Amino acid sequence: MASKLPRPVIPTLIAVLFLGGWEWFVRTGHVNEVLVPAPSHILQWFWEALLSGELLSATWVTMRRLIIGFAIGAALGVPLGALCARVRWIRDTLGVLALGLQTLPSVCWVPLALLWFGIREEAVLFVVVMGTVWAVVIAVQESVLNVEPLYLRAAQTMGSKGWHLWYRVIFPAALPGVLSGMKQGWAFAWRSLMAAEIFVVIVTGFGLGSLLNAGRELLRMDQVMGVMAVVMLVGLLANLIFFSPIERWLRRSRGLER
Amino acid sequence: MSSPSDKAANLPALTLRNVTKRFEGAAGKVTALEDITLDVREGEFLAVVGPSGCGKSTLLSLLAGLEHTNEGQIRLGDQEVVAPGRDRLVMFQQDALFPWLNALENVMFGLRLKPDLTEAERLESARYYLNLVGLGDKEKARPHELSGGMRQRVALARSLAPNPRVLLMDEPFSALDALTREQLYGDIQEIFTKRKKTIVLVTHNIREAVCLGDRVVLFSPNPGRVQQVFDVNLPRPRRMNDPSLATLASEVTEALSAHLAK
Repeated sequence: MASKLPRPVIPTLIAVLFLGGWEWFVRTGHVNEVLVPAPSHILQWFWEALLSGELLSATWVTMRRLIIGFAIGAALGVPLGALCARVRWIRDTLGVLALGLQTLPSVCWVPLALLWFGIREEAVLFVVVMGTVWAVVIAVQESVLNVEPLYLRAAQTMGSKGWHLWYRVIFPAALPGVLSGMKQGWAFAWRSLMAAEIFVVIVTGFGLGSLLNAGRELLRMDQVMGVMAVVMLVGLLANLIFFSPIERWLRRSRGLER
Repeated sequence: MSSPSDKAANLPALTLRNVTKRFEGAAGKVTALEDITLDVREGEFLAVVGPSGCGKSTLLSLLAGLEHTNEGQIRLGDQEVVAPGRDRLVMFQQDALFPWLNALENVMFGLRLKPDLTEAERLESARYYLNLVGLGDKEKARPHELSGGMRQRVALARSLAPNPRVLLMDEPFSALDALTREQLYGDIQEIFTKRKKTIVLVTHNIREAVCLGDRVVLFSPNPGRVQQVFDVNLPRPRRMNDPSLATLASEVTEALSAHLAK
C-alpha cells in the first residue's frame, strides 16, 4: 500500500528516475550534450568550482551585494512606508509612485545606474536597492494602515501617543505585515541582482551572475546550469534559515499558527 | 465650584450638559445623541442601557475622549473632556489586549505611561491587579493562550491598574458565554465594592444593567436620548436570578417597549 510508505520515498524515487533518465538520454546521444549537459557533468563542474574557490568567492561577492543592498533598501523603506501611512499627501504622491515603481522590474534601472555610477559596485547596489525599497514601502504602508483600530483606541485611552504609540503599538502590530514585505523585498532584490550581474560585468567583483554569464560565453552549459542551481539553493536557504523561522516565531507567539 | 458643604458622595465625577453628537454618514446626517444631560456621581456604578442604535457606544467614546461632541459639554471634575486620558480608561467589547505582549506586560502597558512610578512599583501594582482578577498564575501567558473570559479579566486588570478616576465599560461581557459572564459580574461587583471606582457601563442587556448599576439610565433610539432613569436599591453582591432584580428589569423592559410602541 502506497500510504504505508514514508512520505519522502516516492518523491526521492521520482527524482532518481528523472535524473537517471536525463543522464541516460545525454549519454546515449539522444540529446546534444552542448545544449543540455548531463547531471553528472553539472555536478562535476560544481565540485571543481567549489575546490578552486571560484564558486565560494562568487557566492560571497553576490551575497555581500545582496545583504548590503537589501539592508539599505529596508532601512529606507520602513521609515518611508511609515511616512506614507501617516501623512496623506505623502501617501498620495510617494505611495502612488512606489506602487508604480514596484511593478517596474529593477533591471530597467541598469542603464541609468551605469550612467550615474559607472561600472562600479554602487551601480549594482543601486539596482538592488531599487528592487527592495518599493516593495518594503508598500508593505509597511499597508500593514500600518491595517493595524486593528481597537489597539489604537485602547492605547490612546491609556495615554499613549506620538512616538510611544508608534514604537509600542503601531510597529509591533504591523510587524507580521512588515516582515512579509521584507521577504518580498528580498525576493525582488535577489532577482534584480542576478539580472544586473548577468547584464553587466562589474569590474569590482565577480558574482554568481557573472559566473553564469561567463559560462554562456564559453558555451559551458554545465557551468550555466550549475550556477542556476546554486542561485536557487541560496534563495531557498535564505528563506529556510532566515525568513521562515522569524515568521513562524512571530505567528506562533501571537497564536496565529500552532 | 462646589461648596465644601456638599456631601462627597454626591459630587459628580462626570457631568454631561446638553451633549449632541452627529455623524456624517452615507445616508446623510445621523444624530446619534441628542441633548443628553446626565451626572455620574463619584463612586457610582452607572449603567446605560438601550437597544442598538441608541448611541450608547457613542456616549462612551465621547466620555473616553475618542470622539468629540458637536454641541454641549462633558466635564470630568472641573476639567473639560477633549482628548483621551489616563483618568478615564476603557474596557472594550473585545478585550483589545495586545497579542505581542503577555498578560503581565499588557497590564504594565498603561502603568508604564505613568511617569511618577518606579518600575518596581509598576510591577507590584500589575501583579496586584492580576491577582485581584484571579489570574496571578497566568502572568506569562499570551492573550491567545487565555480563554475569552480570562482575556476580558486581563483587560479589566489593565484598565484598573493605572487607577483611573473613571472606568468606562463598552459592553465588555457581550462576547462571553453565560457562565463566564455570571462569574465576571461577581468579580466586578466585588472589585467595585472594594475599590469604590466610578464606573460607567454601556450594555444592551437590561438584566445586566440592573444587576450591576446603582442607577440604570434607559436610552431610546433615533436619536439617542435619555428616556428614563431608574434607581437600583438592591444589596450587593447581586445575582442575575434574584427575583427582585428580575422585577426591576421587567419594569425597565416595559418602559422601553412602551416607548418603542409609540
